[in-house]
Amino acid sequence: MTRSATEREADAPGVIRLAVTEEDRRVAWLATAAVGLSLVDAAIPSPLPGVKPGLANIVTLVVLARYGWGTAVWVSALRVLAGSLLLGYFLAPGFFLSLTGTTLSLLTLGLTRHLPARWFGPVSLSILAAFAHIGGQLLLARAWLIPHDGVFLLTPVFAGAALVFGTINGLIAAKLLAEPPPSDSADA
Amino acid sequence: MKPWLALIRPGDWLVMLGSAALVGASIPVFWQGGMADRAIIRQEGRVFAEVDLKARKEFAVSGPLGTTLVAVEPGRARVVSDPGPRQYCVRQGWLMRPGEIAICAPNRVSVQIAGRTRIYDSISY
Repeated sequence: MTRSATEREADAPGVIRLAVTEEDRRVAWLATAAVGLSLVDAAIPSPLPGVKPGLANIVTLVVLARYGWGTAVWVSALRVLAGSLLLGYFLAPGFFLSLTGTTLSLLTLGLTRHLPARWFGPVSLSILAAFAHIGGQLLLARAWLIPHDGVFLLTPVFAGAALVFGTINGLIAAKLLAEPPPSDSADA
Repeated sequence: MKPWLALIRPGDWLVMLGSAALVGASIPVFWQGGMADRAIIRQEGRVFAEVDLKARKEFAVSGPLGTTLVAVEPGRARVVSDPGPRQYCVRQGWLMRPGEIAICAPNRVSVQIAGRTRIYDSISY
């Protein structure tokens, strides 16, 4: 974490205290919000495994715009970890699919956030990240889970879903970003 | 609706349209095996007839037990009758996806559907 893990004078000998910075608190709060949305996501019935709204990405987009890429990476990583623990797929195939998708979409966001903001807003970032997400998942599934090109048969469906949900999530993120930022998100 | 539209910047429209075009273009790329366009009828493993699934046609294929009747219609084909004892290939009904096959083993006749590209009828690894 943005671990300013410094030792302080401990209350008792042998006790190490981790100093918690404002940044740590903020990341924790935002990750909590993202985990909450992952749970909502999982509760929404889906016609096809893999087609999910990905509501937690709204948090990622808002964090990226407000606090930068590093914080977005922290929030996403914590969300994948905590979300998988809560939903019971930690270290299961779904976890690695989730991790790959998130990694690729974060890399995409890292690149696309340098696009001129006057022309490209959260909607663009969201759509491109959604494509990177599903692309990474399909490639991992092909390479590891189902080593057969039949996996790609569903690509148009997944890509279509990525476009639709990417647009919706981007719009929600843009809406949230259009409102004035909270004075301090740690008190959210 | 208005306030939401205001959130979309000019480049966003570009990305949306571009992605939609890409998704549309990806359909034929990934689903090219999806159209059935030929039926291959075999007797004793040799190709007896290869027919475009366009017109209505019937084929009488003779084998060691008798005559197997195969019907071809636009987009599909089936075994109409077969002298075999268990009638599996007849009961399979219409075949319409590439890779589907009906085998009348006793009479050594098979009907297979083929698409533009070869696809597999099973996955093994």
